[in-house]
Amino acid sequence: MSRNHGDGPHDFGHDPHAHGHDHRLGASPRIGIGGPVGSGKTALVAALCRTLRDRLSIGVVTNDIYTTEDAEFLRRNAILDDDRISAVKTGCCPHTAIRDDITANLDAIEDLEARHGAFDLVLVESGGDNLTATFSKGLVDRQIFVVDVAGGDKVPRKGGPGVTLADLLVINKTDLAGLVGADLSVMARDAEAVRRGLPVLFTSLPEDPAASKVADWVLQQLAELA
Amino acid sequence: MVSAGLLLLGDSRVPAGGHVHSGGIEAAWRAGLVTDVASLRDFLVGRLTTTGRVCASFAACAARMTPDDDWALLDEEFDARTPSAAQRAASRQQGRGLMRAYPGAAPWLGPKPHQPIAFGVLSGASPEEVAVATALASVTAPASAALRLLALDPFAVHRMLVTLTSTVDSVAAEAARDGLADDCAPLLDVLAEAHHQSEGQLFVS
Repeated sequence: MSRNHGDGPHDFGHDPHAHGHDHRLGASPRIGIGGPVGSGKTALVAALCRTLRDRLSIGVVTNDIYTTEDAEFLRRNAILDDDRISAVKTGCCPHTAIRDDITANLDAIEDLEARHGAFDLVLVESGGDNLTATFSKGLVDRQIFVVDVAGGDKVPRKGGPGVTLADLLVINKTDLAGLVGADLSVMARDAEAVRRGLPVLFTSLPEDPAASKVADWVLQQLAELA
Repeated sequence: MVSAGLLLLGDSRVPAGGHVHSGGIEAAWRAGLVTDVASLRDFLVGRLTTTGRVCASFAACAARMTPDDDWALLDEEFDARTPSAAQRAASRQQGRGLMRAYPGAAPWLGPKPHQPIAFGVLSGASPEEVAVATALASVTAPASAALRLLALDPFAVHRMLVTLTSTVDSVAAEAARDGLADDCAPLLDVLAEAHHQSEGQLFVS
């Protein structure tokens, strides 16, 4: 279906969402991982890569301040080749790069695909941002929002687009709940209330380094996007 | 009369990836060359009257050309005026972003034209108007990056930009009138290469 916007001369192509939620954007299924600074996004990316790399061809786009130290962390922990990891610089505006102007991220995905062909999965990790940051529907097919219990058990109640709209909310570092006085049942109840039935998973990477529940969710999404 | 198409294209909100480029400000800041509004102004005047003038003249030229003209030659002329490989790559990356935002609009430019050339074509505006928009962006884009990097007072920066507008207008008028400019800014070239070879940078260029 071609939609012509206004009277302009250009063909703007079809709306990828016109056919329903499962029509994927590009050659590779793309899943965004966002959330506040320190909530465990990079560790989750590494865990997913570790768990899924034998079954899937994976590419990773990061949006944080990126140094060889970060590359080394991902290479060591995710066992991914350097040339499957692309670092996007966001000009001090991590939320702009994933929502308002996704050009740099699209370039990075296309350049990875030009080198490797289509991937079974591309993970796009946003820079650490605030609760209002979400991924554009033009950049990713699905998005995970990661918060952690140490950020306070009121975070799900506060909501914000990341918490309320993400396809999956991950509440991470549950092993710290007792230490920081966070009540997981409050977080679960509040998250359920603001998310109107969208899924929530509690994770602790020290207890489950494979992030197996999140990995299962990812595989389910890939089946829907196939 | 200025067209809405030009104003839309020249708006910093156009999703073409411009916000990840600092126009050399990040490298200048890291080198201690830009520290406040006064030194930012000096940097911007230097940029406007060199790179800015060259870009404006290329945008104006592109706005004058027809699809059957020698676009490969224009591309080579821009390459020849951009000695830093990092700057050439940054220009093409931003041109690629513009082409993505206007799919199918000017296929004769290819997928990764230099930014000023794409800008001149896509605006659909006159050479004079395109030159003004290009020259203005040559100062506003780095000024915006400087706001983010140095946390300067945005009102002070804006007042300073207002004082540059007459210079922007005159540089643009010359650029649209006098053919392809060939001013150069060796320090910007050196800074661009230094930036490209460092790590932990916040901007691509």
